[in-house]
Formats: sequence, C-alpha cells, structure tokens
Amino acid sequence: MAKRIDVSGLNAYYGAHKAIDDISMTVEPRSVTAFIGPSGCGKSTFLRTLNRMHEVTPGGRVEGKVMLDDENLYGPGVDPVSVRRTVGMVFQRPNPFPTMSIFDNVAAGVRLNGGRVRKDELDGIVEKSLKGANLWNEVKDRLNKPGAGLSGGQQQRLCIARAIAVEPQVLLMDEPCSALDPISTLAIEDLIGELKERFTIVIVTHNMQQAARVSDRTAFFNLAGVGQPGKLVEIDDTERIFSNPSVQATEDYISGRFG
Amino acid sequence: MSGVTMNEQLVADGAPQAVSGLYQPRLPRWAPAALALGAAVVAIAIGLGAGLGSRVQWGLLAGVLYVAATFVVAARVEGRRQAKDRLATSLVWVCFLIAVVPLVSLMWETIARGIKVLDGNFLSHSMAGVLTIQPGGGVYHAIIGTLEQVGIATVIAAPIGLLTAIYLVEYGRGRLAKAVTFFVDVMTGIPSIVAGLFVLSFWILMMDNGYSGFAGSMALAILMMPVVVRSTEEMLKLVPNELREASLALGVPKWRTILKVVLPTAIGGIATGVMLAVARIAGESAPIVLLVFGSQLINNNPFEGAQSSLPYYIYEQWAAGNEASYDRAWAAALVLIAFVMILNLVARGIARWKAPRGGRS
Repeated sequence: MAKRIDVSGLNAYYGAHKAIDDISMTVEPRSVTAFIGPSGCGKSTFLRTLNRMHEVTPGGRVEGKVMLDDENLYGPGVDPVSVRRTVGMVFQRPNPFPTMSIFDNVAAGVRLNGGRVRKDELDGIVEKSLKGANLWNEVKDRLNKPGAGLSGGQQQRLCIARAIAVEPQVLLMDEPCSALDPISTLAIEDLIGELKERFTIVIVTHNMQQAARVSDRTAFFNLAGVGQPGKLVEIDDTERIFSNPSVQATEDYISGRFG
Repeated sequence: MSGVTMNEQLVADGAPQAVSGLYQPRLPRWAPAALALGAAVVAIAIGLGAGLGSRVQWGLLAGVLYVAATFVVAARVEGRRQAKDRLATSLVWVCFLIAVVPLVSLMWETIARGIKVLDGNFLSHSMAGVLTIQPGGGVYHAIIGTLEQVGIATVIAAPIGLLTAIYLVEYGRGRLAKAVTFFVDVMTGIPSIVAGLFVLSFWILMMDNGYSGFAGSMALAILMMPVVVRSTEEMLKLVPNELREASLALGVPKWRTILKVVLPTAIGGIATGVMLAVARIAGESAPIVLLVFGSQLINNNPFEGAQSSLPYYIYEQWAAGNEASYDRAWAAALVLIAFVMILNLVARGIARWKAPRGGRS
C-alpha cells in the first residue's frame, strides 16, 4: 500500500517568484518524515507539490520530478485528480465541510469521487475510517450531526478520517496540530504512530519536540534571505538530526540559536 | 514594565484613589429615553406656540433638540469622550427614524387605501367588460402576467447569471474575466426603459414578432442578470478556499468540488440574491409598457398577444383618473408589495434552512 517518494531537482514558483530551489530527497514508505524550518522556507509549498496541490494556487508552477515508486507525478498525461486520490492531505486548520454531517464528511471523498457505493459498504468505510482516526467512540451516536459542531481537535481527527477514507498511499500533513491544544495534539500524534503502519506519512511542523517524537526521519529547510527561495539543508534520521546534525545551521535552528 | 509598577503601587497603597482614573460618573440607563421624551414635548410646545403647521417640522425640531440635549447633558455629567459617543449614538437613532418614516407611511397609506377593494373578487377577476369609472373588476390578469413574465425572466436570467458568477469566481483569470466583470458592471447601470427599447427594436421591430409577455421577459432578464451575477459572485467569494482545497485534496475533480461543496455552502446566500433580483424586476413597468402592451383581458399565454402586469395595471388605473380606478390602483399596489414581501420571506426562509450549521449539537 504505502509507496516510496523520490524527489529530484524540484523547483516551485508562485508566478515569477521562485519559492523552493532544487530539492531532492527520498521519503521512505511506512515511516514518518518530518519537515522543519523557519516560516516562509517553503516546507508547505514543497509538501503541496507532492500531491499537485501547489498548482491550484493561481500562478503556481512546478519543475522537476516526483517519483511515486516508479511513476512520475509530473509526467505527461498524469491526471492531478488521480494523484490526489493516491496522496491524501490534512491541512493546518481543520476544514470539515460545513454543509455535511459527520458521516457525510467522512464519506465525502468516496461519494464525490463518483463511484456508486452501496449503503452498507459506505457504512463500513466510515466506521473503519473513524476508528482509524480514533474518533469513532466519540461520535458514533451522532453521525448525522453537523461536522462543524465538533471541537477543534475532533474536527482535525474528522479531517484525518476523511483523508484516509479514500485509502491513499501517502498522507501529507501540513502542521496538523498547530491549531490544537496539547491533549488533542497528543491524540493526533498517537494516531500518526498508528497510521504509519499503513501509510507513508509526511508532516510539516513548527514544533521541534513533535518532530522528535513522531518522526523517523527529519528534513531541515532554510532560506538564504528574505525573497530568496527555500532550500533543503539536510535530511537524515531524526535521532541524528537532533543529536548530531552534519550542518551547523541545523544545529543552530534546533537549539534555538537561529538568526 | 509599567503594568508591573502599577500593580506594585496598587498593592502598596491599597487605597481606592489608586484606581480613581478608572471611575467616572455615568448617566442612568433611562436617560436617553427621558431625553427623547423631553425633546418631543419641548418640540411640540414650540410647534404649538410658534404656530408651525407641519408635523414634519415638529419631528425635525424634536430630532435636533434630542441630539443637542444628549450631547450637552453627557458632556456635563460624563465628560467629552462619552459625550461624543452619545452624540454619535443619538445621531444614528435619529437618522434611523427619519429613514423609517417614509417606509412606514408608504405601507400605511397603501394598506389603508388598498384594503378597501381588495377581496376575493378583486384577486380572481380581470377588467373584462368593466368600465374604468365603474367599481368592481380585478387584478387577476395582471397577477397572471406578472407571474409569467417574472417567472420566464428568472428562468432565463438565473442560470446564466449563476454560471457567469461561477466562471468569474472559480475559473476566470486574465482578460476575459476582466471584460466580463466590466460588462456586468455596465449592465447593472442600464435603465429599464433602455432594456425595453433594445428588445423592442430587436425582437418586435426587426424580427417582426408581436407584443407578448415573453418580449417583456427578455427585457426583464437583461435587467435581472447583472444583479444575479453580482450577488452570486459575492456569495461564492465568501466560501473559504480551505473547503475547495480540502475537496481537491481528496481527489475530487474541480467541477464536482464546485457542485457538491462550493455551491451547497453558498446556496442560502445565492437564493436570497436571486429572490431579491426577482423582487427588483417585479416592479418594473417601463419595459412592460413597451413590449407587453397591456391588456384588460386574461391572457394565459405569455408567448402570444398582449398581457398585463401589476406595475402596468397600477399605472393604467391611476391614469384613468377616477374614484373607482384609484381604489383599484391602490389595491394592486398592495398586492405587488405583498408579492415582493412574500418572495423576500421565502428567500430568508431558504437562507436559514440551508445555512451551514456550525453550532455544537
């Protein structure tokens, strides 16, 4: 199920502005890879290039190769819609669909993708996804209530359930805990630990401890200056990055001696 | 830093004078009401004393007195900043009342005069065989005309307007979108008589069709389209981009995202916008005079022959210039107002029913 991502020579632009410069890295399957770095260094932009969400932004443009096992996401004839079905995404702010119930939110991906699904099959998918997101016990008695009525942490887990309901191979998370309290954060971090058994997970975080807690590998991004494109400084096993990084800038950033 | 020293001082002194800067005398809660009553009484007294005949003058006097008195009293008791606040508040209230006066008096006048002949007979009969000087007759043919003309105009204009707005918000980039926006703005400013003349020259004179409700509908559709585009555009822009991204990230194609996520989120506002546009064209009379011609008889076919409509009927009855026709004009005006008001209520109902539910359950 989970797939390896192999990025080589990737540049991303917003119109004329180059946001990330020549990034190459490998993301291992069935593991958690964390992206850390200062604001504006292109972590989120890079994450969004991994499921072709970058080009949704007006003026967004990508050069380079992203190999998902042996398929290039940016190859000719690749449909971005099917890429996004394979590579799911969870956003910084919980964004359940306000017009839909909890059930419909989780079922949204399956239903909106057009396939006719039998009711009992759909019930099964929703239950499995909500259980997978550790939300089932909290919402099983009110599946037809609006999704926007849940607490922030529950909404974020609902969004994770929605993302895993379409059975992606890779799950991208863009600062999924930055709007949540420590208890909800813990719930989601535990969840990430469970999900990595099934998915390849990439997570952007500003929280160094979180990166150290949840990830197997960590990538440090930086930018040379204001208006300069972001670059990958190094990627290595999380333990090494946090104990003995090979680049001085990484150590400075992690220890808070940055800038 | 200063916060810390303040706290320390408070602790050190422990006396109320340390916070004396926070405490100020306030007017009691009933003060604005009392002042308003006082201003009204004084204004009436002045009005009677000086022999001012017009009630409007009394009202204006009361308004000016109220604003001035509020400011002076507040300045004496509460200080300058509070006085300015009260001045603004009282000005807003007076302006509100001035704005409400025409509305209330219009409603009052229409209901008082219109209710006289408004009954089942009036609503279910046409003017066939009724002389303008005779009492009786009715508005049925005009109601049919308005319903059909406005209905057809909506069927033409609402989908085009909706799709245009979707294009502008979801797809439109560059020159074409700018041009469309510009022409929508221009269309918003088209006077209704010009829209009527356009259809007259194009549909009736050039293409040699007869007068019909449909010709009127086309002019009404031209008037309605930009209103629908504008209001729908605003509603679609209010849908957070995060919802679109969430849907796209699930691998949902863009068109389905728009159909299943964006439109349902905005549908309440869109429905309200369409209903308000309908209300706007329901009161148009100029294109009707030019294109539908007007009729005394019931014509259920909007595609052939002259029809009437409520605004046209009002104009026609008023122009007839006698007691019985004046009564009918007022009654028809009441029917038109009721029609528009019902549409508004329906729109609000839809908006409330369809609004995204955010509350905890």
